[in-house]
Amino acid sequence: MNSLIEINDLDLFYGDFHALKHVNLEIPEKAITAFIGPSGCGKSTLLRTFNRMNDMIAGTRIEGKVEIAGTDIYSKEVDVETLRKRVGMVFQQPNPFPKSIYDNVAYGPRLHGISDRKKLDEIVETSLRSAALWNEVKDHLKRSAYSISGGQQQRLCIARALAVEPDILLMDEATSALDPISTLKIEELAQELKDRYTIVMVTHNMHQAARVSQQTVFFLNGEVVEYSETEQLFSNPTDQRTEDYISGRFG
Amino acid sequence: MSAKTADKIATAVIVGVAAFIVLVLAGLLGFILYRGVGHISFHFLTSAPETIRKGGGIGPQLFNSVFLLVLTMIITIPIGLGAGIYMSEYAPANKITSGIRLIVEVLSSVPSIVVGLFGLLVIVNLFGFGFSLFSGALALTVFNLPLMVRITEQGLKGVPREQKEASLALGLSKWKTITSVMLPIAMPVILTGTILAAGRVFGEAAALLFTAGMSSPRLDFTNWNPLSPFSPLNPFRPAETLAVHIWKINSEGLAPDAAQIAAGASAVLVITVLVFNFAARWLGRYMYRKFTAIK
Ligand SMILES: Nc1ncnc2c1ncn2[C@@H]1O[C@H](COP(=O)(O)OP(=O)(O)OP(=O)(O)O)[C@@H](O)[C@H]1O
Ligand SMILES: [Mg+2]
Repeated sequence: MNSLIEINDLDLFYGDFHALKHVNLEIPEKAITAFIGPSGCGKSTLLRTFNRMNDMIAGTRIEGKVEIAGTDIYSKEVDVETLRKRVGMVFQQPNPFPKSIYDNVAYGPRLHGISDRKKLDEIVETSLRSAALWNEVKDHLKRSAYSISGGQQQRLCIARALAVEPDILLMDEATSALDPISTLKIEELAQELKDRYTIVMVTHNMHQAARVSQQTVFFLNGEVVEYSETEQLFSNPTDQRTEDYISGRFG
Repeated sequence: MSAKTADKIATAVIVGVAAFIVLVLAGLLGFILYRGVGHISFHFLTSAPETIRKGGGIGPQLFNSVFLLVLTMIITIPIGLGAGIYMSEYAPANKITSGIRLIVEVLSSVPSIVVGLFGLLVIVNLFGFGFSLFSGALALTVFNLPLMVRITEQGLKGVPREQKEASLALGLSKWKTITSVMLPIAMPVILTGTILAAGRVFGEAAALLFTAGMSSPRLDFTNWNPLSPFSPLNPFRPAETLAVHIWKINSEGLAPDAAQIAAGASAVLVITVLVFNFAARWLGRYMYRKFTAIK
């Protein structure tokens, strides 16, 4: 598998706090990579370097390199907005805008300059279909995004992210606020999407990581302890700490 | 004394104090309305005042008050929104920013008579705008602006972080995120605050005595050329507002029905300000429901 994201000797500091330590990692293209590890070990922090959401936090400092498709995304020439268009993100809590279902999905494309009604309709439909939500909402696109269930809202957020045509989709515990059935739906959706998108998901649920991902990365205290193919990591971990964690001895 | 008794006593005291305040306010409002409402009529609201004869109205004053309010808001809203957005989203978190914030706080608590005198010295005399609606609007802006800035800042700070991040994560610029996600979400708060601020402007007298002036030219309500000195729309003419008018006839009114006119005008003022307040609440609630609609 080709790797799309390459991380070389990455260190990240929140002020004095050393949150990521010498991270080296490759993330394969068109596959699902899962980040696992105990709370506070830096999973979200690493995820948020991929679309530079950490830039907003004052006092954050980065050393090392994060390359996406060969481009160092922290170099001066990179435009953050263009980067974020390519790297979509889905958050822990479903966070649709207080707008209609249609407007939520159309929001990104519209503000990126598409005003043709037909084209927008098309984008909305394709995105909602990709997010496996179209059939449930196609008859009431004008309704408030808050009128649908939490699981549907999360899929709406996925559709919203897909509407700007990213290559990469970051999901930070995107199912942790959902019921088991909605969770399963999102997992199935991720499986379908991985043929077209590179997906990185943070999860606290090891079964989820084992079920859906092709590669798994185990973090501890800001360090990558081990990463390999998911089956390999769960059946035959090389590091003792990984084994302790996946067998539930801590974390 | 047990915690329970202490709690009961404290509750009783608080309820008592609250009831007392409500009674005083209700009494005050009731008194003003009771004395004045009988005098309000269409004629009273639309005709010009009389100096020494009976039967004068408050038409021009009412118009002046409304016009001054509009002028003030035209100046305050864009500047206040801009400054509020800057303070909430762009200003770095340092000493200078907190200094500005402190000055804004202080500015909003300067007594209005002081603002009036400042207006007289600087706007009316130094800049030579004379006694005019425009001078009045600038003076009112001085203490309306801090309010507007604070309201905007609070409104934006109240927008959930997730909403803001969702928009940024789609690759939208900060500015687009502010205008198309954050401001709409903050709008109920900002709008409510703006209307409350407007109510305050409407009732203001002290700051206007020496800026907008205590007299109006003979207005010709058929002349809508804003450059003519007798046109009601001319922003550079002196203008006595309703609140100033009440103060004036109370202290030096010569008409035999001066007391009734003052009472009627006060009632009009109070009713208008009440309407502003209720409109603000209603609109705020309506917009909140619209934005979070479960339908
Ligand atoms: N804005 C911040 N300022 C300072 N420290 C932070 C900030 N955000 C996170 N941290 C610290 O960085 C470390 C890693 O945080 P991060 O959110 O990446 O953990 P996580 O692995 O995602 O945890 P969880 O599973 O609980 O979401 C934690 O110790 C956290 O306290
Ligand atoms: Mg996290």
